[in-house]
Amino acid sequence: MRWGWLAIAVALLLYPWILTGPFYERMGADLLLAAIAAAAWNILGGYAGQISVGHAVFYGIGAYVPLLVYTHWQLPPVLGIPAGILVSLAVAAVIGVPTFRLQGHYFSMATIAVAELVRIVVGNWDFVGAAIGLMGPAVPRSLLDLSFKSAVPYYYIFLAVLAAILALTAHLERGRMGYYWRAIRAGERAARSLGVPVRRYKLWALLLSAGFTSLAGSLYALMVGFVDPESAFGILVSVEMIITAALGGVGTLLGPLLGAAILVPLKATTNSLFGGGGSGLTYILYGGIILLLARFEPGGLIELSRRIATRSLKKAKARAA
Amino acid sequence: MSKRLAPAPTLSRKREREVCKVLACGNGFRRSSEQGKGGIFRSGLAAYPVILLQIIAGGLLLGAVYALFSAGLSLIWGMMNVINFAHGEFVMIGMYVAFLVVTALNGGPVAFAPAAAAFLFLLGVVVYFGLIRHIIRGPMIAQILSTFGLALLLRYVTFWLFSANFRTLPDNLIPGTVDLGGVLLGMPQLVAGGAAFVLTIGAHLLLTRTALGSRLLAVAEDRSAAMLMGIRPDRMQALAWGLSAAGAGIAGALIATFYPFSPGVGETFALTAFVVVALGGFGSIPGALVAGLLIGVIQSLSAYAFGPVYKDVVVYALFVAILWVRPQGLMGKLV
Repeated sequence: MRWGWLAIAVALLLYPWILTGPFYERMGADLLLAAIAAAAWNILGGYAGQISVGHAVFYGIGAYVPLLVYTHWQLPPVLGIPAGILVSLAVAAVIGVPTFRLQGHYFSMATIAVAELVRIVVGNWDFVGAAIGLMGPAVPRSLLDLSFKSAVPYYYIFLAVLAAILALTAHLERGRMGYYWRAIRAGERAARSLGVPVRRYKLWALLLSAGFTSLAGSLYALMVGFVDPESAFGILVSVEMIITAALGGVGTLLGPLLGAAILVPLKATTNSLFGGGGSGLTYILYGGIILLLARFEPGGLIELSRRIATRSLKKAKARAA
Repeated sequence: MSKRLAPAPTLSRKREREVCKVLACGNGFRRSSEQGKGGIFRSGLAAYPVILLQIIAGGLLLGAVYALFSAGLSLIWGMMNVINFAHGEFVMIGMYVAFLVVTALNGGPVAFAPAAAAFLFLLGVVVYFGLIRHIIRGPMIAQILSTFGLALLLRYVTFWLFSANFRTLPDNLIPGTVDLGGVLLGMPQLVAGGAAFVLTIGAHLLLTRTALGSRLLAVAEDRSAAMLMGIRPDRMQALAWGLSAAGAGIAGALIATFYPFSPGVGETFALTAFVVVALGGFGSIPGALVAGLLIGVIQSLSAYAFGPVYKDVVVYALFVAILWVRPQGLMGKLV
C-alpha cells in the first residue's frame, strides 16, 4: 500500500516532464483541479453521505471573489482566495444549517434550487459583472498576480493543494470525525440514537467541504483568468464534482483522483475531436457513465477493484487449500 | 423647459413598456400581449385591474400545465419514494416530439399530443424496467445518481440531435384570441391550460375511481400486501412510470405551441415540478393541481413585480422555504 502511494506521488510529480506541450500540461492542471473539487465535494457527499447538487455555489464564490477584488480595487487576485473562503463558509453556515433538517432526496433537491437561485441572481447583478462575468489581470503586474503563460506552475500549485486536502482527509478519516461521518451516512437516526452529535459533525463536513470547494474555484479563476455565471455557478459544475468522485468511489480517499484521471482525459479527447459540439458528446458520456455506475456499481471503481481483488484472493486460497 | 414638464407621460410610457415586456417574456405570452397592446395599455392606469386580471389568468393557464407534469412526479414519489430528477427532461422531450410531428409529418395538436403521450409512456416504462427497478432498493446515492445521469443523457442526446438552438412551433397551429372583458387570452394558452386541467383531474379520477387506480394505490400503500392480493407490483410501478412520463410529455407538447424551447429547458421544469410537489404534498394529485395553479400565478405576479428574470428566483426561494418549514409539503401525505 505504501509503495502504491509512492508510485502515485512520483508519477504526479514527474508528469509535466513526461508529457510535455501545452495540451498535456493544461490537461494535467485540469485533472488536478477536478480532483481537488471532487475531493472537496467528497467530504460532505462521500464521507458524510449528504449528496449536494449545489456545490457550484461555493465553487462560484471562490472563483468570483479573487477576480472581484481585482476588478474593483486592483488588488492581487490571490488576496481574494481567503476572502472567498470566508464568504463560502458564511454562506455554508447560513444556508446549510437549516438545510440539514432535510434528508436524502430532499437535501439534494434543496441544494439544486439554492444553486440555481444564486446563479440567476449572479447573472443579473451588475456589481459582479452580470451575465458577462469578470476578467483577471490581462498582463501580470507582479509575481503576486500568479499569472503564468505555461500551465506547469499551476500544475505544481494544484498538486500541493491536492496533497494537503488528501492528507487532511486521510487524517480525519482515521479519527473520530471519520467514524462519525460514516455512521451518519449509514443511518442518521441510528447514529443519533447512539449519541453521535449529528448536526455538529454534518456542519463540520459542510464547512470543510465548502471551504475547499471555494479554494478550488479560486484556483480555477486564477488559472483561466475569466469567469462567467455558467462556468462558475452552472449546474454542470456541481455535476462534474459529483461524477468525478462517484466514478472513483464516493467516500474513498483516492476516488476523486482516480475519477479525475479517467474523466479529464476523456473530456479533453472528445473536445479536441469534436470541437465545440464535443461538449455535448462529453455530457452524453458523463450521463451514460453515471447511469451505469448507479445501476451496476454505486461504490465506484475502487469498490469494484476491491471486490475483484477479494474474489481472486478467495480463489487463490481455495486453490491452495 | 418643455422637456422638464415631460416626465409624467414618459413615466407611464415606461410603465407600459415594462408591462409589455413582462407579458412578452414573462411566461411566453408573447402573442396575446402584442395583440393586446392597443386595447389594454392605451387606457393607462385606469386599466390597472385589467392588467392584474390578465396576469393572473395567464398564470392560472400555465399553472394548469405545471400541475399536469407535476402530478406525474408526485405519483412516482408517493408510490416508490423515488425523486425523478429527469422529469423535466420528459417534458422537454414531449416538446421535441411535437416539433417533429409538426415539421416532419405536418401534423397538428390533435396528432402531436397523443404522439408525445405514447412516446413518453414507452420511455417511462423502459426507464422503469431498465433502471429504476434495479436501483429502487439500492443505496441513496445510486437512487439520486441514476435519474440524474438519465437527465444528463436525455438532455445532451437531444442537444446532439437538435442542437442548442431555441425552437418554436409555427404561430398558426392554434389560431385566435379570446377577449373576456378586456382580458385577452391566446388560444394556444387556453387550449394548453384547459386540456392540462382536464387531464390532471382525469388522472385523479383514474386513481380514485377505477379498479386499475385501486391496484396502483394498493401497491403504493403496501407492496407485499398488494402482491398477496394478486397484484403484480412490478407491472403497476411500470404503469405508474409510463403514466407519469406520458403526463409530462403531453404537458410539454401542449406548451410547445407558445413556449420557445431548447434542450436546456428541462432543468427549469424539473425545479418547477419539485416546487409544486413540495407545496402540494409529496404524492398528492389534488395537491399538485392546487399548488400548480398557485405557482403559475405567483410566477406571473413576480415576473410583473420584479422583472421576468426573477420569476424563478421567487419560486425557488419559496421552494427552499417550504422544505425548511415543512419537509413533508404543505398539504396531504400520500396519494
